[in-house]
Amino acid sequence: MQFDSITAFLDMGGYGFFVWLSFGFGFIALLILVLQSKSALKRAKSDIAKRIVTEQKQKLAAQQQNNHR
Amino acid sequence: MEQGNVLSYFNLFKLVLSRDLKIALRHRDDVLNPLLFFIIIITLFPLGIGPEPQTLAKIAPGIIWVSALLATLLSLDRMFKSDYQDGALEQLLLSPYPSFIWVLAKVIAHWILTGIPLIIIAPVLAAMLNLPAESFLATFWTLLLGTPVLSFIGAIGAALTVGLKKGGVLLSLIILPLYIPVLIFATSAIDAASYGLPYGGQLAIIGALLVGALTLTPFAITSALKVSTN
Amino acid sequence: MWKWLHPYANPETTYHLSDRVIPWFGWLSGSLLTIGLVWALLFAPADYQQGDSFRIFYLHVPAASLSMGIYLGMAIAALCGMVWQLKLSDAAVAALAPVGAVFTAIALFTGAAWGKPMWGTWWVWDARLTSELVLLFLYLGVIAINNAFEDKQMAGKAASIIALVGVINLPIIKYSVEWWNTLHQGATVSKLGKPAMSLEMFWPFVVCFLGFAFFVATVTCIRFKTEILLRNSSRPWVKNLMLEQAE
Repeated sequence: MQFDSITAFLDMGGYGFFVWLSFGFGFIALLILVLQSKSALKRAKSDIAKRIVTEQKQKLAAQQQNNHR
Repeated sequence: MEQGNVLSYFNLFKLVLSRDLKIALRHRDDVLNPLLFFIIIITLFPLGIGPEPQTLAKIAPGIIWVSALLATLLSLDRMFKSDYQDGALEQLLLSPYPSFIWVLAKVIAHWILTGIPLIIIAPVLAAMLNLPAESFLATFWTLLLGTPVLSFIGAIGAALTVGLKKGGVLLSLIILPLYIPVLIFATSAIDAASYGLPYGGQLAIIGALLVGALTLTPFAITSALKVSTN
Repeated sequence: MWKWLHPYANPETTYHLSDRVIPWFGWLSGSLLTIGLVWALLFAPADYQQGDSFRIFYLHVPAASLSMGIYLGMAIAALCGMVWQLKLSDAAVAALAPVGAVFTAIALFTGAAWGKPMWGTWWVWDARLTSELVLLFLYLGVIAINNAFEDKQMAGKAASIIALVGVINLPIIKYSVEWWNTLHQGATVSKLGKPAMSLEMFWPFVVCFLGFAFFVATVTCIRFKTEILLRNSSRPWVKNLMLEQAE
């Protein structure tokens, strides 16, 4: 290990602010990217599923109308 | 069966060019607005930065060229919009003639209407910005070679955004990064001239960009027009 | 020779391929990044001149190289789409652009945070940082144009055109910015030369780079799946898939 203590680790030889600012930004940016990507996929799937259900209901309704005639 | 009126490439070019010029002369506003914009921005800079002659002389090349960029950007909207709206663009795309010819004509028409006025009025504005005398010729050359490049590259963006409602801002975002090389070499040439240094190299590079744009961009413009008119 | 690729022009086949591949990429990325970052932050030596601020290197350089690699990948996808009229290419371009933009932003931000202790200012018009900034604008242009069109087909083709125009311009822009930068170097000498990399720094860098590369692959595949679904939503295979997954 390059550092003797946790304090030394956080301090990064005096450059702590910049190092943790960089890694912090990188971590948050990548985290948001992953989360947004996954939620977009989920949303796309649910939108399609909803549309299928709506289409089925419409078909059913159209069929019932035809049967009544 | 009679072939009908088949145009030679040169005649097609002349036809589209003269049509665009005629239309523009009937809508003088479209031509004058970017020019006035150019004049006004350049006038605003001394007001914002201060009238100190040395400062102005130092940043004059940059101001002239950035203003030329912005004025050209403003004028790009006009290039395809009216033809798109009345369907003439589709007709041109559907015609049996290679699109390279009439796209070239349209862009050159745009340059004649936008670039040439800039080139003519630039010396006056450069004098207002206290540009050193040695730089005037360089300014002329960079504008002469550079403004067509702006028209050609800008035409790609104009073609992509012609069908969009809020095309204007998107156009700037797409096109301005592509204008950077012209800006860098042009201002460097003018700068070099003010120190008495040779600037042929920079002009040669702008010339290369011009030839590249002339030969390659019409294909991109055609693809973009086909996407927009679908 | 390329016949084995042909089935993958079918969106359904590629969708399932992406599906299968994501866990592998994900695990590879996770483990490599953990090992790499721990190594970089705790075990790699500090730089002789730059001290511990050098550790930013292990995030900044992979981000910067990947930002350029992703653009190249995006442009190749765009080219394939134009040449072979593949609809999947539009999905690939749409999937890659945001990932590339994020990595470019990380490269810029970490570059600035590294620059402050090294050069004394947050932003320097250094050739590389300036080119990276222009790259960010090119990415934003692709993303913006993708979102501007209502019809996804038109959007994809327009974005492909812009990606291709951008990739042709990219070397020109980089060259001109580099040239411009050396012209204006003046008194400020760039203190950041390419450090001669000792092996103790090289290996953690490689591990980090690979970790981030697999990360890009994972996220891109997820976004690719989304784009495929959005562009094929009325196809029967999509409908069947959604019904299967709902059960």
